[in-house]
Amino acid sequence: MTKDVVGSVMVVGGGIAGMQSALDLANSGYYVYLVEESSAIGGVMSQLDKTFPTNDCTM
Amino acid sequence: MDLSKCTSCGDCEAVCPVELESGYEEGLATRKAIYKKYTQAIPGTYCIEKTDTAPCKLACPAGINVQGYVQMVKVGNYKRALEIIMEDLPLPGILGRVCPHGCEDACRRCSVDDPLAIRDLKRLAADRFDPREIEIQCDPERDEKVAIIGSGPAGLSTAYFLARRGIKSTIFESLPEPGGMLRVGIPEHRLPREILNKEIEIITNLGVEIKTNSPLGPDLSIDDLKNQGYKAVYLAIGAHKGIELGVPGENVNGVRQGVDFLRELSLTGKTEVGKKVVIIGGGNVAIDVARSAIRMGAEEVTIVYRRTRTEMPAFDEEIEASLDEGIRINYLAAPQEIVVEDGRVAGLRCIKMELGDADSSGRRSPIPVPGSEFELDVDQIIPAIGQKPDLSCLEEAAGLEFSRWGTIEVNSISYATDYEGVFAGGDVQTGPWTVIGAVASGKEAAESIQRYFDGVDMVEGREPVTLDDPVYRPYDKEPVKHRLQMPELAVEKRAGNFDQVELGYTEEQGQEEAGRCLNCSYCCDCELCVEACLPGAVNHRDQALEKEIDVGAVILTSGTDVFDPDKLEEFYLYKSNPNVMTSIEFERILSATGPTSGHLVRLSDEKEPKKIAWLQCVGSRDQNQCDNGYCSSVCCMYAIKETVIAQEHSHNGLECSIFNMDIRTFGKDYERYYERSKEQGVRYVQARVHTISEVPESRNLNLHYVSEAGEIIEEEFDLVVLSVGMEPAKSAVELAGDLDIELNQYNFVKTEDVSPVTTSKPGIYVAGVIQGPKDIPHSIMEASAAACSAGSDLAAARGSLVKERIFPEEINVVGQEPRIGVFVCNCGINIGGIADVPSIVEYAKSLPNVVYTEENLFSCSQDTQEKMVETIKEQKLNRVVVAACSPITHEPLFQETMKDAGLNPFLFEMANIRNQCTWVHSSEKDKATEKAKDLVKMSVARSAFLEPLDYLTVGVNNPVLVVGGGVSGMTAALNFAEQGFATTLVEKGMELGGSARQIKKTWKGADVGSYLDELIGQVENHTGINVMKGAEVVNAKGFVGNFETEVKIGDLKKTIRHGATVVATGGQATETGEHLYGQNPRVTRWHDLEQNLEKYPDAESVVFIQCVGSRDESHPYCSKICCTASINQALEIKEKNPETNVFILHRDIRTYGERESVYQKAREKGVVFIKYSPERKPVVTEAGDKLEVKIFDPVIQREMVIETDLLNLATAIESSANETVTSAYKLPVNADKFVMEAHAKLRPVDCATDGVYICGMAHYPKPLDESIAQAQAAVSRAINVLSQQSVAVEPIVSQIDQELCIGCGLCVESCSFSAIEPEKVEGKGIRAKNISALCKGCGVCAVACPQQAITMKHFNNDQIIASIRAGKSVA
Repeated sequence: MTKDVVGSVMVVGGGIAGMQSALDLANSGYYVYLVEESSAIGGVMSQLDKTFPTNDCTM
Repeated sequence: MDLSKCTSCGDCEAVCPVELESGYEEGLATRKAIYKKYTQAIPGTYCIEKTDTAPCKLACPAGINVQGYVQMVKVGNYKRALEIIMEDLPLPGILGRVCPHGCEDACRRCSVDDPLAIRDLKRLAADRFDPREIEIQCDPERDEKVAIIGSGPAGLSTAYFLARRGIKSTIFESLPEPGGMLRVGIPEHRLPREILNKEIEIITNLGVEIKTNSPLGPDLSIDDLKNQGYKAVYLAIGAHKGIELGVPGENVNGVRQGVDFLRELSLTGKTEVGKKVVIIGGGNVAIDVARSAIRMGAEEVTIVYRRTRTEMPAFDEEIEASLDEGIRINYLAAPQEIVVEDGRVAGLRCIKMELGDADSSGRRSPIPVPGSEFELDVDQIIPAIGQKPDLSCLEEAAGLEFSRWGTIEVNSISYATDYEGVFAGGDVQTGPWTVIGAVASGKEAAESIQRYFDGVDMVEGREPVTLDDPVYRPYDKEPVKHRLQMPELAVEKRAGNFDQVELGYTEEQGQEEAGRCLNCSYCCDCELCVEACLPGAVNHRDQALEKEIDVGAVILTSGTDVFDPDKLEEFYLYKSNPNVMTSIEFERILSATGPTSGHLVRLSDEKEPKKIAWLQCVGSRDQNQCDNGYCSSVCCMYAIKETVIAQEHSHNGLECSIFNMDIRTFGKDYERYYERSKEQGVRYVQARVHTISEVPESRNLNLHYVSEAGEIIEEEFDLVVLSVGMEPAKSAVELAGDLDIELNQYNFVKTEDVSPVTTSKPGIYVAGVIQGPKDIPHSIMEASAAACSAGSDLAAARGSLVKERIFPEEINVVGQEPRIGVFVCNCGINIGGIADVPSIVEYAKSLPNVVYTEENLFSCSQDTQEKMVETIKEQKLNRVVVAACSPITHEPLFQETMKDAGLNPFLFEMANIRNQCTWVHSSEKDKATEKAKDLVKMSVARSAFLEPLDYLTVGVNNPVLVVGGGVSGMTAALNFAEQGFATTLVEKGMELGGSARQIKKTWKGADVGSYLDELIGQVENHTGINVMKGAEVVNAKGFVGNFETEVKIGDLKKTIRHGATVVATGGQATETGEHLYGQNPRVTRWHDLEQNLEKYPDAESVVFIQCVGSRDESHPYCSKICCTASINQALEIKEKNPETNVFILHRDIRTYGERESVYQKAREKGVVFIKYSPERKPVVTEAGDKLEVKIFDPVIQREMVIETDLLNLATAIESSANETVTSAYKLPVNADKFVMEAHAKLRPVDCATDGVYICGMAHYPKPLDESIAQAQAAVSRAINVLSQQSVAVEPIVSQIDQELCIGCGLCVESCSFSAIEPEKVEGKGIRAKNISALCKGCGVCAVACPQQAITMKHFNNDQIIASIRAGKSVA
């Protein structure tokens, strides 16, 4: 890897996938810009009541 | 919003007048324009929804914030309404009566029903609050003075806006009273004089002087004014001169100009009025004259207008009113000559007109009809065909330029004339126009005059703003609600007086009318929130910023849209019947924070439903109605979950039916949930509903369908839930276009099976449903995989840009008296809805050492956390108890809060008054409150004994060990090596490749053989990978960051030190004794079929049996990949020879996601699918050379016999993980022997043992692409640890006091984690020793120790006993 690389990543979308990508990257040494269109992260999952198959509270 | 200032208090929301549908609640509830997305939202701050400037404001010449004042009228805040209006208009009550309201023509409500009565609402505000009481903010007074000529609306407006800029002005008025056309042009029945006088006072109250009887002319020239010290002059003399008809006889008695008639009437209260009056013209002046004449006693009033009503420029409501009052309008007629007798008017000769082509104004030109002359018998004629400025007073003014219409020429933006320091506006500049136009020009002139004084360019930056394609709040779901009629004075009461005709709305009417506003711009800019926000976090002037950010990689996770059943309204009745709802709406109904607070009720009558139907595949697996040919992969699962949860919420029993084509519970532990739901009474109907009809009155739904056995059934349900699928979001498609990445046929981001998170553009990766429909665990796997891929690209820059989070220095509390703070959470209604939280708080106050108590709505919300930090500091708390939910989910969050407050996180204690109290005692509210108090008391007692603990850190070895050399293991090894982590790959067999060796092609057609060859080559040749074939893990010890694994190759044993482990031991198809397998060579399993096809090249028919030894007692789970694999094989057979008869006997076809396309294709190619039930399995017998398969076909309700040459069995897939590996790393396995993940939903790659990760079929049967994604995910998760210098180990561990220890070894034996070992201590013999990094803090050793030599940190005897005693004393 000879060329200069930038140690940051942009994650587009703050749903469950975006949050996981962002956390993994941040925890492994990269600066993350998590871009979310709405005013809060959480995506569709935040609207769910319980989750299948464990019936855990989504929040 | 300034995120750093917002405390999420909600004061802004309370005052916001704009109610909008809540997107989060799927439109089932409303929210304000300033809002928090949901209660626990992160960030926890409010935001404002705004869009382009509303059309009403854009249409207003003065740019008044119409939506703002309309909303204020709606909530009855007339003062604020006037403040908003008077920002741009000093004369609210006047314009509230006479404005031509172009805003109403622009109102988008016109497209729904009628425009909003904007003008009337403005009037209501001014009727209800005296505008003179509105405080007008003025800048400090300046020295310059301005002379304004004319006190009409333009002059008054200029004076007002100058005064606000601190510039004093004097108005010179030629008439004896001020007001210009407002006074002498508009009769009192439209504009009462008291209103006019009152509003002129608004201007004079600002220090503006009005000099009446002071005309410009020989005694007062512009130069005189300048000499008197006026630095600027504003000319607003209006257009008061009537235009002549130009017909013979115009100058005789009985002919009077309309403007002169009105002026005299206004100033003196009387004027000469004939008996038979004819008014000529079609504008407002004509109507005003006509209505005045009739009030003054004229017997017959006729308006002669040369065009038709459509072209008439007068306001529609004025024309209507004049007709009501008995005025006749003679359309398409023009005067030709005034008949004069004795020097007086005796009649009017007219000619009929017809309409020709449109003229420059767009109106059709009237053309005389030859020979159609007629005569009207009249005694007074009043021409009102237009006005022009009377310029006689300006004859001397050199430097002014005039247009050919006799108006003053100005710069169109600054209103400056060519005469230095002289400006002009209003009708003298525009010709006769509207009051609001005059006001607007005055406002602009004031700006110019200030700039002129300041020596600033008068034009710069003032170009009118135009919006291209403005975006507004949609109104397609807005119900029709017609405009409220303005109450009027009865017609019979109007004669002989000038009483106001329009009476104005009552408050109730006005508020109702204002409620019709569509709120096109969402936020109405009333700025009440600005006043309400104490921390000053709201900024309405904030602008969108465009930022450019350099990044090394991009990951797209922007998700998808939910299918909108509006598109299929005719079928689903979703729009028209509230008892048809989408599954996501139903989720909100079930949610405690949702619109019904978790009460299971239907929307039409708020009654609890007793019978609910779920309709599967709405917007999925449907090529005909919506082009979504794919399966959405999640709907079966959420529908089943919703049935189960709904049953829990139901009070009176609930019948749940799921109408489906196949039930696709293909994931780990999904089938078990499905089976359990059947036991709980959920009914599964294999049918597609063909018609839905509404039952009148009850609004129930009748579902019409054909049962599996062919019966036509009609069944009534209280509620229908549409299991809506996913659809690629339009915005995602646009984004893909912008980024130039390829999409697939359904508009999901295109990826290959062998690189499931890699887009067509290097450096851009993808995860989640934007790549294709999938569930949460799969999305999370891909998310980690994408992080791994991005990480691989950027490994050289790892750590170069990260910032570390700094906590304040920890306060030493050792030796301090406990000062305990208790925070009791309502958890919305989860706790507060059942237990009496205020009484718990009150009780907590009485407990020993408690110095502070507080109640929170959501203790976990970000704003509460921030407040808690402040409270801890202010109150000098040294122990904190939160009485809320489970420490498993929330303790880490509160421990961070402790750290932010400078306290050791172990000085924190949680009382679980939700899960262990209100949730389980919801029917016994009082007892729940008492129990919650006990729990709080126990926690408080224990917390007094809490001690600070330090995190241990252990260094991290960064090599990794991957167990298993299949595709998953190799993918993991290669990704580790590429990111610079030395990797050992242990493979049991002598060759790499695993079970993928048997597969030729993936369902998308990727050539697995060549992919595998390439992968094996890369792995074997990579210098960073040590491949050990024929090797087995025999033992392992150590912990995260520090594993030691013993590997055996032949007779050799080797110890490998590594920091993380990836288990990728794969899976395999099971053997079976069913269906003559192993007895007849024509019966094969899985991919053995391909060899048999070569052996029996003339095979005329092939039968596949699915779920052999699968989804039964022996393997009670779905092996996920078999349906797709068999269909793929079937297609291959059909491709080679379309004549071959191929049958697939199945229980459900589970071609989830885009795999549905192969199922579709197989049906098109003639593959026959027959469903069987486990009770009537197919029976295979030998029939000569061939085989015979007997199967009951549910469609024809008969047993069928299929003669076949070949039979292939899809047997269950089981894990190959051997017990040595799982026990070496202490990995729990589930009932089906698959390695368990740390959390089924949220941590699908991590194992229960820290530092060990799982991928591929050892986790669960899965296809190649998912195995690869999970392998990459495992790498990402492992690198989270490996990239650290050290890892922190939980400090809750056991601690052995070697002084008390007698070396009995009971603790060593009892420890399941090998975290205690015996050691020789000089002079003492054998003593037990802790290996803290392995300790899980379970406490078994402490129990086992006969000497009480072992203390469990954070759970020591003092702490536990205090808690028990507190509990006992209350019992």
